[in-house]
Amino acid sequence: MITYEVKGHKDTRSGFGEALLELAASDERVVGLCADLTGSLKMGDFAAEYPHRFFQAGIAEANMMGVAAGMASAGKIPFAATFANFGSGRVYDQIRQSIAYSRNNVKICVSHAGLTLGEDGATHQMLEDLGMMKMLPNMCVINPCDFNQTKQATHAIAQYEGPVYLRFGRPKMPVFIPEDMPFKIGKAITLKHGKDVTIIATGHLVWPAMEAAKELHNKGVDAEVINMHTIKPLDTDAVIHSVRKTGCVVTAEEHMLNGGMGESIATLLSNRMPAPLEMVGVADTFGESGKPQELMEKYGLTHQNVANAALKVVQRKT
Amino acid sequence: MSEADNLQQLATQVRRDILRMVHAVNSGHPGGSLGCADFLSALYFEIMDLEPSQFRMDGRGEDVFFLSNGHISPLWYSVLARRGYFSVSELATFRKLNSRLQGHPSTDKGLPGVRMASGSLGQGLSVAIGQALAKKMDGDSKLVYSLHGDGELQEGQIWEAAMFAAANKVDNLIATVDYNRQQIDGPLEKVMDLFDLKAKWEAFGWNVLEMNGHHIPEIIKVLKQAKNITGKETPILILMHTQMGKGVDYMEGTHEWHGKAPNDELLEIALQQLPETLGDY
Repeated sequence: MITYEVKGHKDTRSGFGEALLELAASDERVVGLCADLTGSLKMGDFAAEYPHRFFQAGIAEANMMGVAAGMASAGKIPFAATFANFGSGRVYDQIRQSIAYSRNNVKICVSHAGLTLGEDGATHQMLEDLGMMKMLPNMCVINPCDFNQTKQATHAIAQYEGPVYLRFGRPKMPVFIPEDMPFKIGKAITLKHGKDVTIIATGHLVWPAMEAAKELHNKGVDAEVINMHTIKPLDTDAVIHSVRKTGCVVTAEEHMLNGGMGESIATLLSNRMPAPLEMVGVADTFGESGKPQELMEKYGLTHQNVANAALKVVQRKT
Repeated sequence: MSEADNLQQLATQVRRDILRMVHAVNSGHPGGSLGCADFLSALYFEIMDLEPSQFRMDGRGEDVFFLSNGHISPLWYSVLARRGYFSVSELATFRKLNSRLQGHPSTDKGLPGVRMASGSLGQGLSVAIGQALAKKMDGDSKLVYSLHGDGELQEGQIWEAAMFAAANKVDNLIATVDYNRQQIDGPLEKVMDLFDLKAKWEAFGWNVLEMNGHHIPEIIKVLKQAKNITGKETPILILMHTQMGKGVDYMEGTHEWHGKAPNDELLEIALQQLPETLGDY
């Protein structure tokens, strides 16, 4: 088992920007679109190096999604990027009809997802996008956990044929996934083996899940940690296999509990192998302004919350 | 017989197809379909450069058409079938279970000729622009055509697309608006007036042409004129003046038949006004 350690802090969006630049060099079909957030999405280098393959859509996301769909229909691989808020809810019908239903090879790449957007507050803190996107037939939904994994995911979705929603974030976060770690869409990664409880985490909650496992170890609880980077298609085998061993589950995500990854896992287990389950996520409320870490604490998304949920769920095992 | 006469005969048969299709399932949208029959017949049989037997989803090397007002699907299906994309007998499956001819056009059933789902309005112009830009990137000199309802122009995305196309010099696109001045709830100026549409599009940086959508020689003339002004760094829009329900006296010029099928008796009356020309499906 690899021991994971933090090698500095970087933002996941920069992983996207770096990978996009690499992809552009290797595949001429790759084009980029952005709705007046090129700097925030780290697409500046791509735009400068490939001006004829970069399209500034202005503050008009609905049109951007449609243009991306049209380009995909002609054989391009468009990466349409903006904030999570503007790349999901604002343009749901455009994504639904022109991208998902029409099965166009568009990569919707969104940054500033969740509470860690921080000071801008609830208007921009998208916490419902995973739910909206996972409900769409044909849509693949991915939420990587650090800079390196975002890079790997960006490369992987370019190879994948079909619509994808790739979600990442704003602040610098621990980098702990090895650069050369294989990334396969729909294939969860077991970061730590354990026998007492399964912790399934996605996105910015994966590192806190690892920290929680350390703390649980000190309390005599042996936790297994699964990095569920792909929300859809869900790696059901990984969940069943682990929970069969541990007998209980904690899910953790920077997303609304309604409609999130935890809900998908709860549904899976209810259908196939009922087991005690605790969910860490945002409980049916909007966010607010604050520093990312302050918000994660206030809304219950820290490693401590994950550890407490694990201790609780272990108690519920019969 | 002149080319225009042939097209007129085709358009008459297409109108019969539309009426019989919507009547058979007692649903669908005859009004707008009838109103655009002359235009779409001329476009597919006289203007566009395409090869139905070698249909490619990516449209590379051929002219591409997107129907943005997807509810006039009976018209599009009839023209596609008559043009040879699939058998005319398949028109009998329109709106029925397991059909490739969905109520609104879709790609998931693999119907040749359709490259994008439409029906939720306002999205087709953006899509056409995306295809047009891809053609430019690929050095493909063929053109992209799109058709939109006038009521559809009330969707904000249309104007986002209008801004984007002008700013990006999308000059290999010819968009046409079916300006019949009717929509579901009534006359367009009563539902929500669009005022001077020509001035609006021109203000958005488009080159605007106008034509009578029921005069086939004029349709061909204006479409050719539009082709001649492509490649000049300006997107092109044709305001096409039409009558909703054209060809059936009791349907003409009213919104009443926007989304309603005729009963047996009214179908007979309608078909008597549109004699069979190429043979019913």
